Amino acid sequence: MKRLAQLFFAGLMVALLSGCGGMQLRGTGDLGLVIERASGHVTLVNTSSRQPYARIGGLGDLSHASVVYSRDARYAFVFGRDGGLTKIDLLQGLIVKRVVQSGNAIGGSISQDGRIVVAQNYTPGGIKAFDAETLELLSAVPAEYEPGRFSKVVGLADVPGNKFAYALFEGGEIWVSDFSDPKRPVTQRYPAGLQPYDGLVTPDGRHYLAGLFGEDGVAMLDLWQPEKGARKILEKYGRGEEKLPVFKMPHLRGWSVAAGRAWLPAIGRHEVLVADAATWRETGRVAVKGQPVFVMASPDGRQIWVNFAFPDNGWVQVIDTLSGKVVQTLQPGKGVLHMEFTPRGEAVWLSARDDNRVVIYDTRTFRQLGDLPVQSPSGIFFTSRAARIGF
Amino acid sequence: MSSSAILPALLAILLGALATTALAAPTAARQKELIHLVRQDCGSCHGLTLQGGLGPALLPATLAGKPVEGLVATVVGGRTGTPMPPWHRFLTEDEAQWIVEKLMTGFPE
Repeated sequence: MKRLAQLFFAGLMVALLSGCGGMQLRGTGDLGLVIERASGHVTLVNTSSRQPYARIGGLGDLSHASVVYSRDARYAFVFGRDGGLTKIDLLQGLIVKRVVQSGNAIGGSISQDGRIVVAQNYTPGGIKAFDAETLELLSAVPAEYEPGRFSKVVGLADVPGNKFAYALFEGGEIWVSDFSDPKRPVTQRYPAGLQPYDGLVTPDGRHYLAGLFGEDGVAMLDLWQPEKGARKILEKYGRGEEKLPVFKMPHLRGWSVAAGRAWLPAIGRHEVLVADAATWRETGRVAVKGQPVFVMASPDGRQIWVNFAFPDNGWVQVIDTLSGKVVQTLQPGKGVLHMEFTPRGEAVWLSARDDNRVVIYDTRTFRQLGDLPVQSPSGIFFTSRAARIGF
Repeated sequence: MSSSAILPALLAILLGALATTALAAPTAARQKELIHLVRQDCGSCHGLTLQGGLGPALLPATLAGKPVEGLVATVVGGRTGTPMPPWHRFLTEDEAQWIVEKLMTGFPE
């Protein structure tokens, strides 16, 4: 019965997409999906019409779910908290394949050549590689940093050369696994620092950065010269000051190099850190309303949008990268969890979890352009991610 | 029963009664807020379903046998050396105790 309803829905969706007339060909460049974290559903959306066009259920526990796209931008790979990996066809609005690959997962990534999808896991700690076509398991790299001791894996990012970089929370290391032979990955290890909590790769794929929770600073590995090892940047940015409690771990993915500088969430502090993207020296800080969670640059790099941890998660602030100042403070709704820019950044979509809606703003006028009812929305992911390194 | 045994027994009953009245259960409206706080905000590390994430699982099976006072102290004061922050700005000790008791018996949706 459920299957029947799903088929009916898919048929309806295809009819809608094809304009109810004869079958029409269609691209996916203006499509995306929104995670409904509490109900195990995703809502498929169109960023041109600013409307949802399908809703798919049965994806398991989607709290902290994330998504990567196939390189043809047709398929979404959804990584659920419960270890579920679900492949969705955006054009047909259907689940193509679903596997439960671990007990507790935290995200994933897709290889440079688009053939391998990799999931990062908390339990059992490590990464697992799957064939992007079939979701068949290809290989696994357990995060065994000492004999018998496994670490949670954070900050997984695809990097050039069909490699994946990631960090080990308990292990305090950055690992780079080369999947040139997808069934026999080769892993290099680099000491990073205390408790890396998330990581990212710069848009050019050169630098991998892991934010540290256990100490002030960020570990950076130059992937063009990995033999030099990871070094620490932005060291002791909270020096001499009391460590602040952190009510939600910041996310580094979706972070920002804009206007020649890197914009990063400070941990615990109500600040965005600014570093020169050539020397990696701190050049300033921007005081903001709360503890930053996402610090995201618009595609043109002119603006940085920042959302915050509980209890300030009803606010969003916009930093102008030219002046380095907060130019706008918005209240899009209760529990703002995520933001996503349209491919060229004329609009930004924000999820207001506790208002059960997604709100769309014009990035130039800051006027609200519309909103969509979505149950307990969290991550918003558009297909423009398909072509970006580290997304 | 001798009088020397009655006194401690009476005291125990009295103290027991005091302890239960001192721990007033939160109002229904506040309970709703606390459930939301635990599911959503504790959930960002412990998982919406409390099966664990960056933080450990908070299910009855994983908490079984742990002393309630210790767990309450962790909620209220945080745990040094880990990402667990203190929540005393957002809830009272009684509320923390209510949360811990609910966690240990199966947390409401």
